[in-house]
This record gives sequence, structure tokens and C-alpha cells, in this order.
Amino acid sequence: MARKLPATDVVVIGLGWTGAILSHELLQEGLRVVAIERGPWRDTASSFPPGYAPDELRYAIRNGLLVQPAQTAMTFRNKPGQTALPIRAWSSFLPGNGVGGAGVHWNGQTWRFLPTDFVARTHLTKRYGAAFLPSDMTIQDWGVTYDELEPHFDRFEYLCGTSGTAGNLQGKIQEGGNPFEGPRSRPYPTPAQRQPYAATMFAEAAKELGYHPFPQPSGNLSQAYTNPLGVTLGACTYCGFCERFGCGNYSKASPQTTLLPVLVRDPNFEARTQCEVTRINVDRSGTRATGVTYVDTSGNEWEQPAAMVLLCAFQLFNVQLLLLSGIGKPYDVNTGEGVIGRNFSYQTTSTVEGFYDNRIFNPFIASGANGMIIDNYNGDNFDHGPYGFVGGGYIGMIQTNGRPIETTPVPPGTRRWGAAWKKAVADNYLSSIAFFCSGSEYSYRDNYLDLDPTYKDHLGRPLMRMTFDFHPNEVKMSAYLTDRAAEIMQKTNPRQMVKHPRTAPYSVVPYQTTHTCGGAIMGTDPKTSALNRYLQSWDVSNLFVMGSSAFPQNAGYNPTDTVAAIAYWSAKAIREQYLKHPGPLVQA
Amino acid sequence: MICHRIGSSLAAAALFVVLAVGAAAQTATPDPQDFSQIAHGRYVAVLGDCAACHTKPGGPPFAGGLAIETPFGNVVAANITPDRDTGIGRWSDEQFIRAVTQGRAPGGVRLYPAMPYPAYAKMTTRDLIALRAYLNTLTPVHNRVHSNQLPFPFDIRLGMVFWNALFYTPGTFKPDPHKSADWNRGAYLVEGPGHCGTCHTAKNFLGADEPSRYLRGFSVQGWFAPNITGSDHVGIGAWSVQDIVSYLKTGVNAHSIASGPMADEIEDSSSHMTTSDLRAIAVFLKDQPGGETPSGQAMATDDPVMRAGEAIYTDECSACHTAAGTGVTRLFPRLSGSALVQSAEPTSLIHVVLEGSRAVATDPAPTAPAMPPFGWKLSNRQVANVLTYIRNAWGNQASPVTAGDVSAARRSLASNAP
Repeated sequence: MARKLPATDVVVIGLGWTGAILSHELLQEGLRVVAIERGPWRDTASSFPPGYAPDELRYAIRNGLLVQPAQTAMTFRNKPGQTALPIRAWSSFLPGNGVGGAGVHWNGQTWRFLPTDFVARTHLTKRYGAAFLPSDMTIQDWGVTYDELEPHFDRFEYLCGTSGTAGNLQGKIQEGGNPFEGPRSRPYPTPAQRQPYAATMFAEAAKELGYHPFPQPSGNLSQAYTNPLGVTLGACTYCGFCERFGCGNYSKASPQTTLLPVLVRDPNFEARTQCEVTRINVDRSGTRATGVTYVDTSGNEWEQPAAMVLLCAFQLFNVQLLLLSGIGKPYDVNTGEGVIGRNFSYQTTSTVEGFYDNRIFNPFIASGANGMIIDNYNGDNFDHGPYGFVGGGYIGMIQTNGRPIETTPVPPGTRRWGAAWKKAVADNYLSSIAFFCSGSEYSYRDNYLDLDPTYKDHLGRPLMRMTFDFHPNEVKMSAYLTDRAAEIMQKTNPRQMVKHPRTAPYSVVPYQTTHTCGGAIMGTDPKTSALNRYLQSWDVSNLFVMGSSAFPQNAGYNPTDTVAAIAYWSAKAIREQYLKHPGPLVQA
Repeated sequence: MICHRIGSSLAAAALFVVLAVGAAAQTATPDPQDFSQIAHGRYVAVLGDCAACHTKPGGPPFAGGLAIETPFGNVVAANITPDRDTGIGRWSDEQFIRAVTQGRAPGGVRLYPAMPYPAYAKMTTRDLIALRAYLNTLTPVHNRVHSNQLPFPFDIRLGMVFWNALFYTPGTFKPDPHKSADWNRGAYLVEGPGHCGTCHTAKNFLGADEPSRYLRGFSVQGWFAPNITGSDHVGIGAWSVQDIVSYLKTGVNAHSIASGPMADEIEDSSSHMTTSDLRAIAVFLKDQPGGETPSGQAMATDDPVMRAGEAIYTDECSACHTAAGTGVTRLFPRLSGSALVQSAEPTSLIHVVLEGSRAVATDPAPTAPAMPPFGWKLSNRQVANVLTYIRNAWGNQASPVTAGDVSAARRSLASNAP
């Protein structure tokens, strides 16, 4: 039986990027905020100091910063009708844990989705006709537009000090930036990072082909920066230990380096770490959240009543908690009805490897968001008519790391072990690269999340079940993007080039990307979305759900900037509308 | 306090005296109706940083503190809430003033100078009465504190009679009519309520100030409270008045970031002081003579110790402090040209490298960056080498640190661990 605690104004579930953003916004309104975090407290100097932050075995191989499957796992299958089995080691995607969440171990790639991404169905139907889209594709408009989100993208980028070169300032295309991006109200707060040789080589080849290469916008800063809250970040040293690692020298934007120093000074803020929320409680009417129940490490169960509940965990865990709490109608793949678990999606990544003679790339000079990019084939930046698919992605040479255990490039045909393999690694380590395609993944009727009928977690709760596979549209798109990347690489005269387009079936084994999305999507119709355009639950009006679980489908960009922008957008609606008149912000 | 805003002429200094005396005469007793007096008293408590010792972290304000380490043993700061049984509620105002300024509590009990009454002796009656007025408004907390935890013979309080006879100078602060109003206000704050010398002035073997080494630095509780005189090389002469104000107000300036005990001082005390008071402190400090600049030469860059130190520095330190030792303003302290790095006693440097340290957080500079500990990773010899390197690189010049110094510090820090 849970022990009941004194009520608070706001409970935040999960203290990562969105939890920290929402906490800070609502503290500005004088509200008392209790953030409940499943993992430990994390702080730069005590949790990932430079003395051991770059420990590849600990963090990249043994997943030191991720949630351990013994604590939370899920089951997986490709198709409805198959039997799902538990994922016992994270590898295709890497769910974070602890204070800062995935914002601690991200690469820092800070992208805005395209204006047309937010109106995907309307835009694509208008341009190509409804029949152009596969009949089982369930893409939707978001219910919010790029123009509405622009100030919130800007807010997050200035919080982080994002380093980049603007491509579109208030409608005017800027030399050296991304000419395809939506208009920004002002330049990036800091200039782009410096580029290593491989990225420069990519950019030159891309330019020769008539493309418009530009530097990857980066949360690893080109120079020291003090954000509007007075918190200071340092300059990146290009050490190449970003994704899967915490940054030891305060140069990667994270909740730790931007918001938490301010939150911990606020007497109305409290963080309870290593406490796992097991349920969002609702009253008898089922329309009002009364708070949450959580379990501490001693197994004690606590009830924290609150006037508002903000669900700010990672995408997968947001959906899981909604399913376990019985909030919203679970998605039924047979009827297509229900919203929780609907439109689960991912991304379609691919690479082209190049092995060179007489080129030395020094792959260890790296940052998680250090590279040159072309955006000509992202979203609807090109005419899809001749190709028979929709969606796209950016293509780039991003030098994220040259870490020794993971960076063992060998040409096809090399023996997989022994002296010959070792020699091939030594011969190719400095002189091989991979161009990367970050492709979109649109949503489909048979890709979804629900509760597993068999497997349970350590608290006796059903695991969540993921049913997911790549569809022909994405496979076609990936082949097309990979070919374009290969054309660019061909210009650079590699000795050998190997294309790795993404193919079906999807496998949870090789790492692809952590950009899972959907399952509790935002929209304009409660029949097809879990949340309204302000991320407010259609069913429970004092519950708001942040994160990429709100994306109706995935674009060809890294999601953090857009996750943060919709969080600030939601916070504005809470502050300016909801708190004055608590209740549904949109009438269904 | 308006007096220190008036110009720097002799006449102004004389006016300062008149105003101070006049004010004291007007407010001879604590008046619970007098809002201004109580507000002023709260500010005096800030100036004196009373909470640093008398409030236990997380505990009720002024209800007694943590044990204060002294070379002679531990002393625990008293409960100074108005509780009649365990606090100071029964004390008369005269008894209060005598305790604060003379170290004599009711009943003939002699206080130890861990309570800095030799400095508080210089405080004006007006400030003391206001302080009492403020303390009277606190919630009385019943908390009996056993202050005297000293071993024999230091536990005999009567011994303080002789100590006082040797080292205690009675009498309130006397302004110097040849100095500006700012300078005099600064001198009052530094010597009186601010009691800066308690940490920053060297002590003799009986724990009393050595006047010839006033504010020239001293090691306290495993930290070196640095030389804060106007000396360019060993003091803070290179800091402008504004640099000092910014440091005391926010914890950071272009040269440094506060950590260790000074972080607590800034958080509890100086960040709450008025800018004009901080400016006065800066003016006074910059006018203090710092002693001779040490002669000698930096160690040669090809010295094996320097080369070993440089290699460690590159691997372990340069990501934050930069290869050129310039640091990052507001985030990582600058090492090149730093007086603290080049101070005669490397106590703080060894402490920080072994155990790490977190910088102060203030509203204008909330980052609170931290130096992680390296004691688990670097040997005594390696710590000595890297510290010798930073003390002699980039134009710095100071004595080498030995493995023995580091070993001794390691033992001392371990024995002082809570």
C-alpha cells in the first residue's frame, strides 16, 4: 500500500531535457515542482569527470549510462502475429537513464525539422496526390506549424549555445548555411565548429556536384558561451567521446550544462532520484490525474498527489507508462482504432564506406556533431514524383569518433579474426571513412507499441511490446539516398567503396539510431492522436506528455531540437492558458 | 550606510566619524519596533558571516553549528537564537556585546578565539546593537550545544585570560583621517565584522595573528587562504577594484573562480553585501603591502620534472584549463599568472588536485563548475610533478612541490575526513 505524501503543484516524470525545461518554465510561475527520476543523480564532475569519462569499454561497450535491461526492457517482433521476445541487451537504440537522460549521452546534433515535415500529409497529398502514398501509411499533420515553433527552436538553441551557420535568416538565404532550412529569426548563438579533413573533402566533392554543403549544427560548442540563465559552457576539445558518454569538460549542451545549475538553486524544486514511477493515478471519472505512484530503491511505494502531471520520460517509457496507467485508448492493430502505441516509428539510416590510399583522416579528431552535410534529399526538398517513394534524409560526413574498440574498419572480404584482420584494421584505421544518410521513417498501420502478454518486469508489470519493420517506401528511399552519397564519394577517388543501404527486415541488433518516436502522438483529432496540439492528453486534461512520443512520424533529422521546441511550445500554453483556466486547451 | 558614498576628502572622513558616533548614540538599545535597526542588524550578520559557524548546514538558522576545526581541537559554535535555556535569550545587551567583542560570556566563561572576537572588538556599538535586535527576532530553537570539545590543557577556558593579555587589543575601529571614506569603510569591514584576517593572516603557535604578515595568506583546514594584499605577484594587485567586487559578489571574475571555504563565504556573506561595501573592501585590500616578491627563476622547461608534469597536464588538465593555462572565464580558473598558483604554500593546489573542489554558485553565476578529484588516479610524485609544472609554466615562477608535500597532505586530508 502506497504511503501518501503532501500534495505538490506539479509532478515531472523523468528529469532529462524536457523534464528540466518544463520544471524551469513552471518554477517561473511560482509553482512547486517535484521531479521523479528512475535513475541516479548525475553531475559532470562526479559522474563523468575527464579522468574517466572517455572510458570506451565502460560507456560505449558496457552501456554505462543507459537504463539496464534488468530494470526496464521490452519485447520485440517484426510483424503482428509473430511472438515477441525480450531485448536483453540494448544495441539498435540506446535508451538513457538518470538525471539528464539521453541529453547526457547524445551526440549534440541540433536540427530543426523542415516546415513541410509538420504538415506532412497535407503537403504530400497536395503535391503528389493521395494515391502516391502507400495505403497503409498513417502519416499525419502535427497540429502545430514550423512558424509557431520557430521562437521555441530559437529558445532552445540559445539555451544550449548551439554552434552553426544559418542558411535562412528571416527568409533570406545565407551563403554557407543550409538553404533548405526554415527561416530562423536570428543566427546561431555561436559559430560552427571547425571541420576535420574528411568533412572538408566531402564538402568539396558535394559542391562540385552542385550541392550546398554546410556545417552540421552542433551542441558541442565551438567556443565558450554563457546562456541567458547565466550558466556557462566551455569549448569542445574534439575528443570524440560524445554519444554514449557524458561530456567531462562542460562543452556539450545537456541539462547539466544549461538548466540544472539553476533548477537546484530554486527552493520550490525538488528532484527524487532512483525512484521509478509505476503509475499515473487518475480519479474515478478517468479524466483527471491525481498524481503518481512510485517505488524507491527499498521497495517502498509512495503516492505523490499533484495538481498537474508532466510525463517527460524517454519516448518508449512515456508510451509504456500511459499503457500501464490505462490512460487513453490502447491502439488495436486489427481495427486501427485507439491511440496509445499508434504510429510508432524509427529512422532509416545507411552508410557508404570508403577505403582510401594516400588520404589520412585522423578519425579521433572528432565531436559528436562535427561534419559537413547536404540537405538536398531531405523531407520534400526534391521532387519525389519520378522515384515512387516519400521522405528523405540528410547526407553527410560526420566524424563523431575514432574510438579504438568500435573503430575497426576493414574492407569486405577481410578475414573476421586473427593476424590478417588485425593487419587490415591497422592499415585502414586512419584512411577509411563513412558517409552517413539520416533517413526518415514514416508511420504505418502495423508498426506500433502495446503491452506484452507474456513477459513482466521486476515489479511484475507487463513489458512493452514493439512491433516494427521497415516498409518498401523506406527501403526505396534508403537505396536512393545511399546512391547519392556514393556518387559524392566516387568524386573523392576511394580505392574501394562499399554501400550499406538499409534493407528489411529491421533487426534490433546493429546500432542504427536512438531516434524512436510516436506512440503518443499530437494532432487535431482525438480519434487519431493521444495529445492535442499543446501536448495535452485528450483524455486527462491535467496531463501533458513531452518528447518524441508526440511525433506522428519521423523526419530525416536528429530529434532533440524539435523535442525541445514542442516542449517550450507546450510550456507556453500551460503558462499562458492552462494555468489561468485549467481544463482542455482544445475542445474535442 | 550612506557615509562611505561621500567623497574621499579628509573632511568626509571626519564626517564619517561624526555620523557613526551619532548613529550609535541614537540607537543604544535593540528596539523590536525599529524595522530599520532590525534590517541593519540582518546586514551586520551578513557582514560578520555569523551563519557560517552558527548555522549547521540544513539546520535551523543560528541554532548552533558544526564543529570548527582548530589546531588545538574542535570548538562548536553556540546556539545564538533567543532561546532562554540553550540560546542567548537571557543575556543582557551588555553581556551580548561583551561576548562578541571581548570573548567573555555571562558567568565568567571565556570564549575561544575560534569566535573571532579579537576582530569583532572593532565593531561599532550601533552595529552590535542592531545585530542583537535582529537576533532577537529569530525563532528560538531549543538546542544545547557543547562548545568546548578541546583536549587538555586547551579545554581550560581560564587559559584564555593569558592569551587575551598577550594578543587581544580592545577598542573599536579608529578611522584613519588621511585615508578616503571608502578606504576607511573597507578597513572597518575587513578588520572588524568581515574578520578576513581570521583565515588570511598567519598565526603564531598560540593561534594569534602575526601582524607583520597581515592578510598575506595562511593555511587553514587543508586550504591555503591566499595573500589578499595589493602585491602583484603574490597578492591580488593584478585584480582591479571591479575584479575584486565581482569575485566577492558573484564568485567569479576574469582571473578566478571561488571554491573551498571562500565559496561558503561568498555564498553566505559577501554575495549579499552592497556593491559600495565591496568596493570599499577592494580599495582597502589593494592598499595593503604584500611583502617582498620572491626572487629566483622559473624551472627550466627541459627539467625532467617539468617535462613529466607537462605530459600529465596535457593528458589530465588541458581539456579544461587549456594548453596555455588560460582557463575559461566563469568556468575553469586561469592558471597562468595566477597568484594562488604561485603562492609560497601549495596547500590549496594539492588539496584541489587530490580531492577536487566545487566552485561557488550565485544567482549571477549559477554554473558551479567543479574540479574532479585526481587523488585516486595520480601518485604523489605525479601530483607533485604536475603542480610543479603549472607553478613554473607560462611565465609562472614558484618553488617546486615535492612528493613528500603531497604525501603529507594526503595523510592530513584523510585524518580530517568527516
